[in-house]
This record gives sequence, C-alpha cells and structure tokens, in this order.
Amino acid sequence: MNSGEQDARKTMSSQAPLTLPKRHYLNADYGVRSWLLTTDHKRIAVLYLVSVTAMFFLGGAYAVIIRLNLLEPTGSLVTAETYNKLFTAHGVLMVFFFMIPAIPAVLGNFLLPLMLGARDLAFPRINLLSWYVYVVGAAFTMYAVVAGGLDTGWTFYTPYSTAFSNTNVIAAGVGIFITGFSSILTGLNFIVTIHTMRAPGLTWFRLPLFVWAHYATSLIQILGTPVVAITILLVAMERAFHFGFFDPARGGDPILFQHLFWFYSHPAVYIMILPAMGVISELVTCFSRKKVFGYGFIAISSLAIAGLSFMVWAHHMFVTGLSVYAAMIFSALSFLVAIPSAIKVFNWVATLYRGSISWQTPMLYAFGFIGLFTIGGLTGLFLATLGLDVHVTDTYFIVAHFHYIMVGGTIMGYLGGLHYWWPKITGRLYPEWWARVSAVVVFIGFNLTFFPQFILGYLGMPRRYHVYPPEFQVLNVMSSAGASILGVGYLIPMVYLAWSMRYGKVAPSNPFQSTGLEWRTTSPPPTENFAETPIIDEEVYDYASPPKEARSV
Amino acid sequence: MSEAHGGPLAHHFHDLDQQREAASLGMWIFIAQEILFFGGLFGVYTIYRNLYYEAFAAGSHHLSWKLGCYNTLVLIGSSFTMAMAVYSAAVGRKRAIVGYILATILLGAVFLGVKYVEYHEKIAPCFGDGPHTGCLVPGARFDAGALQLDGARAREAQIYFSLYFAMTGLHALHMIIGVPILLWVAKNAAAGLYTPAWHTPVELVGLYWHFVDIVWIFLFPLLYLIGHH
Repeated sequence: MNSGEQDARKTMSSQAPLTLPKRHYLNADYGVRSWLLTTDHKRIAVLYLVSVTAMFFLGGAYAVIIRLNLLEPTGSLVTAETYNKLFTAHGVLMVFFFMIPAIPAVLGNFLLPLMLGARDLAFPRINLLSWYVYVVGAAFTMYAVVAGGLDTGWTFYTPYSTAFSNTNVIAAGVGIFITGFSSILTGLNFIVTIHTMRAPGLTWFRLPLFVWAHYATSLIQILGTPVVAITILLVAMERAFHFGFFDPARGGDPILFQHLFWFYSHPAVYIMILPAMGVISELVTCFSRKKVFGYGFIAISSLAIAGLSFMVWAHHMFVTGLSVYAAMIFSALSFLVAIPSAIKVFNWVATLYRGSISWQTPMLYAFGFIGLFTIGGLTGLFLATLGLDVHVTDTYFIVAHFHYIMVGGTIMGYLGGLHYWWPKITGRLYPEWWARVSAVVVFIGFNLTFFPQFILGYLGMPRRYHVYPPEFQVLNVMSSAGASILGVGYLIPMVYLAWSMRYGKVAPSNPFQSTGLEWRTTSPPPTENFAETPIIDEEVYDYASPPKEARSV
Repeated sequence: MSEAHGGPLAHHFHDLDQQREAASLGMWIFIAQEILFFGGLFGVYTIYRNLYYEAFAAGSHHLSWKLGCYNTLVLIGSSFTMAMAVYSAAVGRKRAIVGYILATILLGAVFLGVKYVEYHEKIAPCFGDGPHTGCLVPGARFDAGALQLDGARAREAQIYFSLYFAMTGLHALHMIIGVPILLWVAKNAAAGLYTPAWHTPVELVGLYWHFVDIVWIFLFPLLYLIGHH
C-alpha cells in the first residue's frame, strides 16, 4: 500500500496517469508502533475496520453452524447445549462488537472531522482509548466464548442468567460492560466535535445528513449505554456476591431486569440503524445528482428517532404480565417511531424522483437498504400491535424482523458506505463489476435467508430451538441455502477490497463527483486533513453546481 | 483533557477558547453519562423501596445516621476546598491550588476512612465459623436478627443491604478514581502549567468532584434517613 506511486504507474499506464499524493495519512509514518499509538482519527478508523471485520466474520461463522444444524428437523449436528452457546455467541459478537461500533467507529471516525473541516476529533487520545477499551472488552468476551461458552442468549435474561446458567456469564458480562464504555467515549467525542469543531461557515443546517445521524446516535450512546452497563454489573454482582435484585427466591424481580435491559437495548437498535440511515442519505443524493429532498425533515427525524427510542422499550415485554394500560401506551409510542422512519424513506424516494440515477455499487446497496428497511420497519408495526405481538413473540417472526433491520439495514448501509468512501480511505478504486455482483448476491442471499423466517414464525416455529417439527423443513432449508449465498456475498467484497488496496486503480480525490468537504481533500487525505481550514460559503448537497476541485495539499 | 505540547494549545484546535469549550462540553457529557449510570441504581432503589418499605426502614435505622451526617459534612467541606482550588487557579495562585487540592484529597480520605469503619462492622462478623451475629452482607450468613426482622421481611432487608453496598460502593469507587486525577492536577499546578488564561483541567476535575459529592447528597437521605421524620 505504501509503495503507492510505483503501483499507480503500473496500473494506470493505459489511462490518465493519476498518482497517489506524495504524503498522506497512510504513509505519514511506518511500523506497528505508529499504528498502535496513533491519535489520527483516520488511522483509528482503520484499526476499528480491522477489528470489527474480524468480529463480523467470527459472528458469521457461528451463524453458519446454526443454519447447518437447522437443515434437518432433528438438529443432529450439535447438542441443544452447544446450540444455545452458538446463538448466544452469534448474537453477542454481532450486536456488541460489530453492529454497534461498525458504522460510527469506522466510517464515522474517518469522516466526521473531514466532513466538518476539522483536523481531528475533539479528543484524539480518548478516541484511541476507545479502541483499546473495545479490544479489552472483546478479549473478555472471547475468553468467555472459548472457555466453555455462554448460553443465556445475548439478552442475559434473569433469573436464568443469575441463578441457573453454569456458563461464563460474569466474564462475558464484564466484556460487554467494558465495551459499552468504548461506545460511550465514541459518542462523547462525536457530540463535542460536532458542537465545537465545525469549520467557519459550516452552520448546523449545512451539515451533511451523515453528521446529523451520528449526532443522534451519539445521544443514544451517551444516555442509554450507562444504563445497560449498570444492569450488567448488577447481574455480575448477583452471581458473585448473592445480591438479590433479580432473583425471585430472594425477593427480587426478574422482570425489572428486562425493563433495565431494554431501556438500553431497544435504543441500541437505533444506534445500529441511524448511522446507516445517515450513509443512505449521502448515497441517494449523490447518485441521483440531486439535492436531497426534505433536508431539514431528514435531519430532525434522526433526533426524533433518538428521542422516541427511549420511550418504547416495554414493547419487548408485552407477554411479561405488564399492566394493560402500560402496554397500550407503549404500543402507541412504538407506532410513533414509524413516523420519523417513514419521513426518511419518503424523502429518499422523493430525492430519486426525476433524479439522474446511476447504478454504481453504493447506490445498489442504498436501494437494497430502502427495500429491506421498509419490510423490516413495517413488520415492526406488527410487533407494536398488542394482540399480534402475543401471537408471534419468541418466534422466528421476531428473528426475521430484527435481521431485516440489523442485517438488511445496518449491514447494507455499512457496505454501501464502505464502497462509497473506500477510494477516500485507501486511495484506490474497488473493482466495479465484482462489487455490483456481490451487492446483488448479498441482496438475493439475504432475502432467501430471512423471508422464509417470517413465514416460519407466523406458523409458530419458536426461536432458539435446535430441533423443529418436520413440516417446517422446506422453509428452513430455503433459509440455510440463502445463508450460504449471503456468506459468499460477504466474502467477495472481503477479497476484492483487500486486493484493491494494492492493485486497485488509483482513485481521484472525488471519484463520484460528490459534494461534501471530505471530497475536497486528496485521496487518501493527509494527516492534517486539509492544508488550510476550508471556509464554507455554499449550501449542502449543491449538486446543481459543478463539483469543487480538490485543493492541492 | 489536552496536555501541553509547547504550550497548552493542542495541535488540532485553533485557539484556547475552542479547546476550553470542547473540554468542558466533554466533561458535562461525561457527567450526563454518569447520571444515567447511577440513575439505573436509583431506579432499582425506588422500586424496591416502594415494594419493601418496612424492611428498608428497618435497614436504614441500623445505619448510623451520625456517621452519615459527619461524612456528608466532610464531603461538602471537600467540595469547598475544591471550589477554592478552582478559584485559586483563576486568579493565578499556584501554591494555593496545590494546597487546596491536597486538602480536598485529605477530606476525601477521611470520608473513605469513615466508610471503611461502616463497612467493617457489617462485613467482619460474616467471616469465621462462629455465629455470624451482626453480619449484614446478603447471603446465607445474613443476620436479620440484628434488624429485629424475620420471614419475608428478613429476605427483603437483604435487598436493602445489596443496594446499600452497590450504591455506596460505586460512589466510593468514583472517589478513589478521583484521587489520582487530583494528584495529577496538583502536580501540573506545581509545575506551573495552569494560568488564569488556561486552567480548564482544574475546573473540570472540580466538576467531577462536585458531581461525586452530589451523588452522596442524594445517597445520604435515601439510605440513612428512611423513616426518620
């Protein structure tokens, strides 16, 4: 990657002789030390990229075994106990170590200072600290997984987790507790940076929607994560010191755990989806060559989602004997989330209308996101409905719903964004043909995996069981087949993105003719981001005017 | 939050005003996060106090309100010395900053010492074979007789003491974490890093210390004064 100019000459000999800039953040310094002690937000983003990718493929490997086991009704591949540990490891790794950090800590970290015209985040050393905290948390959790596993599900429900499970609840809990602080530190850094580090002329309503989405995400990280931290700590104390907060045998209330857990873990869903929505807003407007429709509405709807996210947690608990009146209020509040979500979808569609649409890879992912998020969101309304929720609670309907949001939403947004900003991050273009193929493969594989699960759940197949009645086999085989296609769809980008770092065509500073400050510096950017602090004198997403040239650095 | 590299201004800020604004906003957001962290515990407390009021009152009567009151005064005193340290930094009295911070640490140590005495009398009887009279650690050796409680009430009182240890323990942990930070600020103050133009680290560690004090201001009545009307 560092002998950039020679490679550039080789690969670009037939076309315009683009070369990588002489000095950029990747070749500013060499050696392991220069990476592990860096305070450059761009390098920290790359550290996070490596770590969350490892966690993603590890979590995916567990899913592969789960789907293999469900190929036939007797689940003969693994025992019930092992199966419990597999879906727990899959959930814990994917939720806490991939989806929550993925977009903010990789793309957000890389882009926020660039989009704001700043030299770095407000607290560069806290940024590095957050990565180390993440790694330590991951180490604890991996220890729990390796040393016999954890079988509580990623939700740690009491009293099973406190009084009955004989697995490594404390080690895994400590890991998640620690990782939570990595998330809090990232959110804190983002909020302060957005408030205090904007370039001259960059008013709030000139901020890219990606920044608005990350602002809303950070609010949830700051206000939600500490609550799950204390909750997990109480579970650990209960196991270690026989405190009785959640143990009915000692006067405690196991349902209280669910209230505390979902007070964070429902908003956590929006920690995962809001940054993806921010990515999609950038992609849709760029590849429609049109100013985004309803900028203000999309920006404010992110804050509305963040605010509402704290008022809907009990819709995970409609079958716990919650008071009828409380359930009705939580049901109504849950429906309200549909409004800001739909505002976003309608505004994206309105942006597409009469736009000059190009079908490049990031846009394929954006289209995928809009479709899958719409299905995931609308089935969410089923689950906000009291009567219907009782019918499908703890079935595969739930599994399908949240995978449409988390995988169909978050991962589509993440991959779309990763492709879109890949030239900026690495200075190289990804191979367009392969990228389009993989985007289509991911879309097909995803739907084949998870759509049958809606039907399975509606027909009554419970989640988390390692065996099932034979009449469910056809749909389960479809789902497993889809999972293998999906797996291939994820491996292809892994290969060609790694390949492109060395052999990809050298990228211009603005390969997609985008607006936005990050495209006005070189690809890859220099360590200090901009040679001189940019001054912003035009409106956001000004696709009507010709793109600004990169300033020489 | 930002250390001096040939002057207090870090490379990525334009001027000290921007750096000061970023640092104090960061600390306020950190405190907001802390409020939610303790908030989970206060929520648990509220629910169980409503469910098990009698056991909570009995547990509360067993605590020494005199020691609690004494510790409250000590902590308010430490907040005063902390505020004086910030004031001294604002007017540029280097030695006064160091003196007031050391006084703050001393008062914090007195608080923790009293806390140790309170913990000791509840925990010490739980060890050994003998009758565990006066043991107030939740678990098999919990001595509800010390509270004149039996049956369900005895079980509920264990939740009170679980909360007592969790809440005061986490509070004490925050104080213990504060001590090395205070020492670091005192060292920098002695080295002359803080001037009337730049003494944000002193202000921010002060904010943190005041926050920890305020948590205690809530803990004291909630744990020690239940039923004392």
